[in-house]
Amino acid sequence: MTAMKTRAAVIRPNGGRGSHDRPGASRLGPASHRREKMAAERDPPPPGDAGQARFGEAEDGEDLFVGAVGALESNPSSPEPASLPAEDISANSNGPKLVDSFLDDDPDDLFAEATEEVSLDSPEREPILSDGPSPAITPIMAPRIDSTLFDQALEEEEDNGDTFDICISVSDPEKVGDGMNAYMAYKVTTKTSLSVFSQNELSVRRRFSDFLGLHSKLASKYMHSGYIVPPAPEKSIVGMTKVKVGKEDSSSTEFVEKRRSALERYLMRTVKHPVMLKDPNVLQFLESSELPRAVSTQALSGAGILRMVNKAADAVNKMTIKMNESDAWFEEKQQQFENLDAQFRKLHASVESLVCHRKELSLNTASFAKSAAMLGNSEDHTALSRALSQLAEMEEKMEQLHMDQAYADFYLFAELLGDYVRLLTAVKGVFDQRMKTWSKWQDAQLMLQRKREAEAKLQYANKPDKLQQAKDEIKEEIVEWEGKVQQGERDFEQISKTIRKELGRFEKERVKDFKSVIIKYLESLVQTQQQLIKYWEAFLPEAKAIA
Amino acid sequence: MNRSGKTADTMEGSGLTISASSIKVNEATLDEDTLVFSITSQKLSNGMGVCVCRTYEDFEWLQQSLFAPDEPDLHGVIFPPLPAKLIMSPQSQINNKTLKQLGFLALGDCCRTYCEALELYLQQVALHPILSKNKALETLLTNTESPGKQRAKKGIFNRLSQVMEEKRKESHKDVDDFFQNERDNNSNMTALTKVTTERFLDVVLAEQRLSVASKHLSSSIQLWVNQEDSANAAFSKICLKTSKVFETIKRNFEKTAENNISTLGLGLDLQSRYQEAEKEMLFRRTCKLVELEAANKNTERAKANKKGIMEEVRNVLEKQFDGMSSMARQEVGRFHQSRVALLRTALVSWCEQQLNTATEIAALYSEHLEACQKLPEE
Repeated sequence: MTAMKTRAAVIRPNGGRGSHDRPGASRLGPASHRREKMAAERDPPPPGDAGQARFGEAEDGEDLFVGAVGALESNPSSPEPASLPAEDISANSNGPKLVDSFLDDDPDDLFAEATEEVSLDSPEREPILSDGPSPAITPIMAPRIDSTLFDQALEEEEDNGDTFDICISVSDPEKVGDGMNAYMAYKVTTKTSLSVFSQNELSVRRRFSDFLGLHSKLASKYMHSGYIVPPAPEKSIVGMTKVKVGKEDSSSTEFVEKRRSALERYLMRTVKHPVMLKDPNVLQFLESSELPRAVSTQALSGAGILRMVNKAADAVNKMTIKMNESDAWFEEKQQQFENLDAQFRKLHASVESLVCHRKELSLNTASFAKSAAMLGNSEDHTALSRALSQLAEMEEKMEQLHMDQAYADFYLFAELLGDYVRLLTAVKGVFDQRMKTWSKWQDAQLMLQRKREAEAKLQYANKPDKLQQAKDEIKEEIVEWEGKVQQGERDFEQISKTIRKELGRFEKERVKDFKSVIIKYLESLVQTQQQLIKYWEAFLPEAKAIA
Repeated sequence: MNRSGKTADTMEGSGLTISASSIKVNEATLDEDTLVFSITSQKLSNGMGVCVCRTYEDFEWLQQSLFAPDEPDLHGVIFPPLPAKLIMSPQSQINNKTLKQLGFLALGDCCRTYCEALELYLQQVALHPILSKNKALETLLTNTESPGKQRAKKGIFNRLSQVMEEKRKESHKDVDDFFQNERDNNSNMTALTKVTTERFLDVVLAEQRLSVASKHLSSSIQLWVNQEDSANAAFSKICLKTSKVFETIKRNFEKTAENNISTLGLGLDLQSRYQEAEKEMLFRRTCKLVELEAANKNTERAKANKKGIMEEVRNVLEKQFDGMSSMARQEVGRFHQSRVALLRTALVSWCEQQLNTATEIAALYSEHLEACQKLPEE
């Protein structure tokens, strides 16, 4: 089906029939009609009510097929409804609480980015795509990415000598607007010597939904080819609401800082991927001063129910697809990543607990410092009074040290582990994609076989006048399905190959990431200790001076 | 930890044949339900060692014996405070009640802190110019038999100030500025010291929790690496290193908490209890003052025939009060010297020990950092 490749497909993951709310929603040009017809021919109508495609207001030319290339299309032999759009692969994962958030930073579009989140608590979640980009953006090229692109990118990386030279920082969070319509805008600065960028230093302002938009584009474009797309940071209604209503307390500044740091890590991870670095969406994100708003106007009910249906269907799918794994490597890897995931979650919880305790220590130290100060003030003996006041000052400084260390614990370890838990979800997603690809290939084979049987039956038909016509038709179909089978096999091999490469990269990155974090952490510990020693050394003469 | 600032181990004609600084409460062992303390000391004359085993009841007996109600001057003495009884639960775990009651004394390995507190108590008694002359101390330290079998008289050290009606007397105005000041200061300082001690205890408890959490983190990483198929060997190495780092962090908190307990914690605790003891003494004096003033009034109001008797009573009380006040004055002076010295010692050793620990840990962190920088990335 090489014809598929040339067709520009707009990826709108939630483009299900619930998307009627969007005014001026994309009446996608001629492409959609053709695709729709093809799809209708290919896949039998859904057997039961699973086809939530009949959402009250079914639209005509509305695009229903996402990932139209077909990798994500339903398996005809499963009860899954044919018209289900691609899955939502979520960038967003939760902190310890499971929050089903439909809020964006920008609530005029209250349900703009209706996405579900991956909870760090629940053992297994289906990855979900966040809402698609605005259709105002020019259609993205066909999502099937050649793995040769990957090879190419890697080669270039190696050729360039001082290969990877790009540094992205996210800074200067600024509140824009007022009240519930407010949002945070961040400055994204890119410093690089790579030729793919127009300048060596670029600076743009972006808001949170822009990041989510970028992720969803990348995910819909690359994920079903087996690329591990770094997940975007999680949403948080509570955090954002506090910021919006202007609560200027430490918890909202902490929240903004946490988010800023997460956005930075997200971008760095994304550009570290040789293929994504070259993606026009990424380049546009980093370079353009104006970015079209990532808007999607799904009604809450529509999108939400659709997503639930997606998930349900997927779950069923997973159960019914029994993949004959011919390659033990994949099975091993999957198991390995399951274990890793469990471990990371556990460690994440432990580190968060550590952070809590440290903050507690900091608070207690502050309390102690205050009472020591009061004691010093009331003390009659001069030298003792002085010493006690010095003690109080020293303890205050230590309180700050403890707090700083708690932040190090958190921003280095806890966030790293959290990132990896989310990354592993993306990895799982990629394995699932492979399974789907395999499944599609098998289905094509099945179909081909049926067509062949049908052809054979025709030989014994009794209606000679219609016979030739039917025979021709069948022959056509057989050719079509033979092609599909070949394509299916190629797709499967391709995705397997890509995944192997991706996992190799992932392992390398994992080592680099953890090593860099442990080093940074140790550096912070060393520094804290040095400070501590200075404080004690300063206090000793004070204590000895008490006569 | 050095004991009080006094250089002389013995008082002239103190009657105590034991060197005060040699008194050591070595350890506590659990005999069924009772804690038994082993106390060693040295004879002044020939340096010969003495070792006895005592229970808490023996200490209580000593405390009671020190107070002789028929010696009014003695009421002006600030009695070295005896720590409350330590109840060991069967699993020798510290329960919350014990922690509330004893604070720092409940912490530390194997009642070590508590033993030190008892040791300090004995030394304070031995160094006291008057109390050390009391035979009871000698008996406690040297007798083969435990003296606690004798039922001591109870009641004197029942916190007079806690009895409601007596509380009114606490704020009774003094006739002497020196004592009024002292009472006010004491009141203020006692409250502040108590709060400071409690808050310091909170710091130490938080450190202990951190120590446990770090250990937990270290062990779970270690366990994971051991179990895991080292599919990614480089990653496993990093994890092992991380585990060691958290082990060091745990050690840091453990040692820091230990240092805190054994130096400043103990010091603040003693300070706090000593201030309470001074409060008790001052209160006794105030009560006597109230008595005296009442007697004065009675004398003035008395009819001619009673006047004589009233005067007698009044005179006795006055003598008692004066004797007590003069003793109290001395004691207050001694008290302030001693407590400043005590706190100095506590602060200096606290600082020195923490500095040692911080330096040790800094070296360990640097080692880890070097090792991590050398970790392979493949």
